[in-house]
Amino acid sequence: MIGATGITVPALNYVAVMPEIALIAGALWIMLATAMSPRRIGSGASLFWTVAAGCVSLGFSVWQWEGVTPHGAYASFDGAVVVDGLSAFVAMTVSLTVIVAALIEEGWMRRRGQSAPEMHMLTLLSAAGAILMGAGNDLVVIFLALEIMSIGFYVLAAYDRRRLASGEAALKYLILGGFSSAVFLFGIALTYGATGSMNLAEIAKYLASNVLLHDGLLLGGMVLMLVGLAFKVAAVPFHFWAPDVYQGSPTPAAGYMAAVAKIAGFAAIIRIFVSTLQPYRADWQPAVWVVAVATLLVGGVVALVQTDIKRMLAYSSINHAGFVLLGVAAATTAGLSASLYYVLVYSFMVMGSFAVVSLVGGPADTAHSLEDYRGLYRRSPWLAWALALMLISQAGVPLTTGFIGKLEVISAAAAAHLVWLAVVAMMSAAVAAFFYLRVVMLMFSPSYGPPAGAAGAVDSGSMVAGGEGVPEPGSVAEGGEGVPGPVGVSSGGGVATASLHGEEGIVGGGGDASGYDAVAGEPAGERIPVPLSTAVALALCSGFTVFFGLFPGFLTAMVHVVTTAIPIH
Amino acid sequence: MHSSFPYLTVLILLPAGAALASVLIPRHMEPRARNAAIWTCGMGGSLATLVLAAVVAVKFDVHNPGYQMVTRHLWVSGLGISWHLGVDGISLFLVLMSAVLFPIALVAGRTRPNFHMFVAWMLLLEAVCIGAFLSLDLILFFAFFEVSLVPIYFVISSWGFEKSASAAVKFFVYTFFGSIFLFVGIIALAIVHQHDTGVLTFSLPALRSTHMPYYVQVLLFLSFTAAFAVKAPVFPFHTWSPDAYAEAPVGGAVVLAGVMAKLGTYGIIRFDLNLFPRASVNLAPLLLSLGVAGILYGAVVACTQRDMKRMVAYSSLSHIGFVVLGLFALVGAGLSGGVLQMVNHGLIVAALFIAIGWIYERRRTWNVAGLGGLQKPAPVLAAVFTIAMLAAIGLPGLNGFVGEFLVLLGTFIAHRWWAVVATAGVVLAALYMLWTYQQAFHGPVDKEVEETTRDVTWRELLVMAPLVILIGFIGIYPKPLLDRINPSVNQLVSQVDKAAGLRAPALPARRAARVSGAVPRRPGTGKSVAARQRAGVSGAASAPGKLVVSRPLRPGGGGLGVAGGQGRSR
Repeated sequence: MIGATGITVPALNYVAVMPEIALIAGALWIMLATAMSPRRIGSGASLFWTVAAGCVSLGFSVWQWEGVTPHGAYASFDGAVVVDGLSAFVAMTVSLTVIVAALIEEGWMRRRGQSAPEMHMLTLLSAAGAILMGAGNDLVVIFLALEIMSIGFYVLAAYDRRRLASGEAALKYLILGGFSSAVFLFGIALTYGATGSMNLAEIAKYLASNVLLHDGLLLGGMVLMLVGLAFKVAAVPFHFWAPDVYQGSPTPAAGYMAAVAKIAGFAAIIRIFVSTLQPYRADWQPAVWVVAVATLLVGGVVALVQTDIKRMLAYSSINHAGFVLLGVAAATTAGLSASLYYVLVYSFMVMGSFAVVSLVGGPADTAHSLEDYRGLYRRSPWLAWALALMLISQAGVPLTTGFIGKLEVISAAAAAHLVWLAVVAMMSAAVAAFFYLRVVMLMFSPSYGPPAGAAGAVDSGSMVAGGEGVPEPGSVAEGGEGVPGPVGVSSGGGVATASLHGEEGIVGGGGDASGYDAVAGEPAGERIPVPLSTAVALALCSGFTVFFGLFPGFLTAMVHVVTTAIPIH
Repeated sequence: MHSSFPYLTVLILLPAGAALASVLIPRHMEPRARNAAIWTCGMGGSLATLVLAAVVAVKFDVHNPGYQMVTRHLWVSGLGISWHLGVDGISLFLVLMSAVLFPIALVAGRTRPNFHMFVAWMLLLEAVCIGAFLSLDLILFFAFFEVSLVPIYFVISSWGFEKSASAAVKFFVYTFFGSIFLFVGIIALAIVHQHDTGVLTFSLPALRSTHMPYYVQVLLFLSFTAAFAVKAPVFPFHTWSPDAYAEAPVGGAVVLAGVMAKLGTYGIIRFDLNLFPRASVNLAPLLLSLGVAGILYGAVVACTQRDMKRMVAYSSLSHIGFVVLGLFALVGAGLSGGVLQMVNHGLIVAALFIAIGWIYERRRTWNVAGLGGLQKPAPVLAAVFTIAMLAAIGLPGLNGFVGEFLVLLGTFIAHRWWAVVATAGVVLAALYMLWTYQQAFHGPVDKEVEETTRDVTWRELLVMAPLVILIGFIGIYPKPLLDRINPSVNQLVSQVDKAAGLRAPALPARRAARVSGAVPRRPGTGKSVAARQRAGVSGAASAPGKLVVSRPLRPGGGGLGVAGGQGRSR
């Protein structure tokens, strides 16, 4: 928002975009190394470079942060890119997200016996777009950043090309995303028409010194831009893509998209609406209220009837988007702090959840029915604990980050006289608690699911007699979409066996698993192999969720620094 | 009053630490040694907590009605949340009761599979419950109040009976739904206070002086009470409780009904009455009605239950009704009785659930129809059950009587007709309890059953002994408890009266004096003379003038039906 607008040669201060450069350089390096290296670059190496790029980007963003907090914000590239608290915050959050996401993706590929660097590369590139979106101070830059991010997402969604659902998700995402981008772009055009500038600082200056007699053009532009961004953060009624895309995309990519799209999308919403279009608050605020309420309710209620965990998490992410919007709707310093805090802690919760889902889903990434979680505790207690922690935190139980997030949002809403919105939000949280708990209940219930034969018909329960991961040809229910070949290769962790889907296997096939009393002697099923990198990612997410749930002071102070710099009248 | 050693913090951290330790015991140990280690962790942690709680009780200053051993550290500076603990006469015995009940519940659940997790969850629950009783910061209280759901959820769903998983979810979601009103209410209150004073704080003593419009107070009162009513549970919000109590394992049911239910009633006395005195006074008839409805409904439904565990669940609803009645009588005797009855109910319901658990272990059924004649092969079991049952009925000489008598006394002074109707609950309690006893313990006995059913073992008796001793002790000599409860309660009552009287023209002093002076002379509730005298001794002799029995001052023009008209009718 600090407009250092030169008219002559733009000052190119590359420090302003160092995080983006680090990420893009990492991606290019991986691509080049893959192409030039005489032997195939393993995914381990690309993981290393991805994490390294993430760390460098994190370092630069922390450096920016350290520079911004005492000395104030500055703009560069002719005022098109700004470095302020918000941009540094987005850069730090996205960099962390990239690191965690790369670890999860690596584990996911390991279990499939793949080693390909493309996924890491796409992650880095889309993250660069997300960071730029947080730093963009010009509508065109924001649009370009949005596209850089989105195109990465489209390809990530299609990554699992052998699975039809993945391609379908990507196509759906591409078409709807393209449509929403067009809407956003049209909104930019109208805003330009109304104010005569694309630069946010210029627009703010113009609106501060002029009163538009005919503001229809600007109002139209505002609505269209809101629609475009609401699409990106999956706010109702622009959410229809989310469940399908999350369900179809490769699981780690879904978690990553859920986190990063929200961070970047909300950063843009805050920058464009709360900060720049402050004078028109009375016009956009009611619209945000309506969207927030719809998002909260639809996200909470529709998730109840889902039987696929990825769809359920998609609707839960919609519900969380509603909470973040509630903070934006308050449009106060406290509200924005709450929103930023919420979106930060949410990214760790959702990525942790999807990390577990990516493992339980099995090498074919298809075992996502809620029934697949029955008795997970008996198979893999640590995974069950981790997912339970993530879900409990998402439900907003105290001593987790989710609780502090809800506390902040509700406080801000109440302080802004939106008590009834706050009540609606908490009601939706109570509804949400139910479907989170349902998963927890399934995980910790004794695994007396349907008998093996029935399970096989439903989700291709393969029966592995304790052997060394024998693949079961033909047992994949989804029309042979499963990956052929040695899918049961156990991971580097050296865990004994890997059944096709991590499905409950019954040794000898003779044990009758029905009946409550049989639990004690019942074979618990195949332990799900946990690759080291996913374990690290889960430990990071869990540690973050618990530590900052117990001691939230550091993060709340940080987001407060960000938002006090945003001029709110 | 600052004490050098942070007793209260340690009281919370001790069981929490023991819980952590029992999880961290390595899995690869030899099973016997591992079980012993877990056992040491569990019992050691909970007994050490009991000892510490006893130390707190000993160090407790009888004459200080305020919060003692206060600890205060800023926790989240930006949000004004602090680690603010303190104990007074109202919370002291609830803490002690929790410390007594948890070791017992642990022993009652000793043979579970996955024992280390059971120990860990129970100890964590103990830490959380004690934390909730000690919190003087609203968010801290809410955090404990909410977190308590997690361990009990796992206890019910992992070690419960057939439908335990769905019962646990029902319980969790139901209470969670109630809590959201508390959550929004707490925040709204803090925001109102912030607008008023410019300070964002969640500290109870600070928020007590918040100025707010009357309608805000009523709304906040309702939102707080909704959460507490669900947790307690108060009559129309009780539907989760029979399922949860019936499906929980014995240890879980003991703490669920004994300790966690008290979080709700404790919340009412600590937060509703403290923060919203005017709304409390004006809405008391509503809560009194719900309490009486709970007493009668619980009792009537308990009469129809064949399942002993559900019978105890409904009788529990009925007894919680008495607690609510006592609290909203808003006079010293009623409140003291309510607090005492919370403790009593915890002890009694724990004894009943454990006795029923023994019966289940022997006969594999909760259903009285499948029992009968148990007394013959298991006379000691029958005796223990009888004591707990008689205490629940309210037999003079056992603890249930003292609490119920004080509650009815207080209610009769302030709201006569509610007390009259509630007395029917006492009669019905005798009916369903004796009926159940008759069906389960008397009657013809199968030869085979007689041979196979063994009586309680010494070890089992050892578990029950503290409960029976306390039930008898409080019944005969409640003075030590009332001595500590009364100052705090009287202070609260005078605060409520003062705050409520601000709006109303002060009640003529003559009438107030007449009312309070008339108490010893007025025959009260139809109890026997001896019984009345005993209670009179316990209250009056122990602390003359401390058991202030005064009418709450009513805002003029309230026009609240029967209660409002009573003063005039005399």
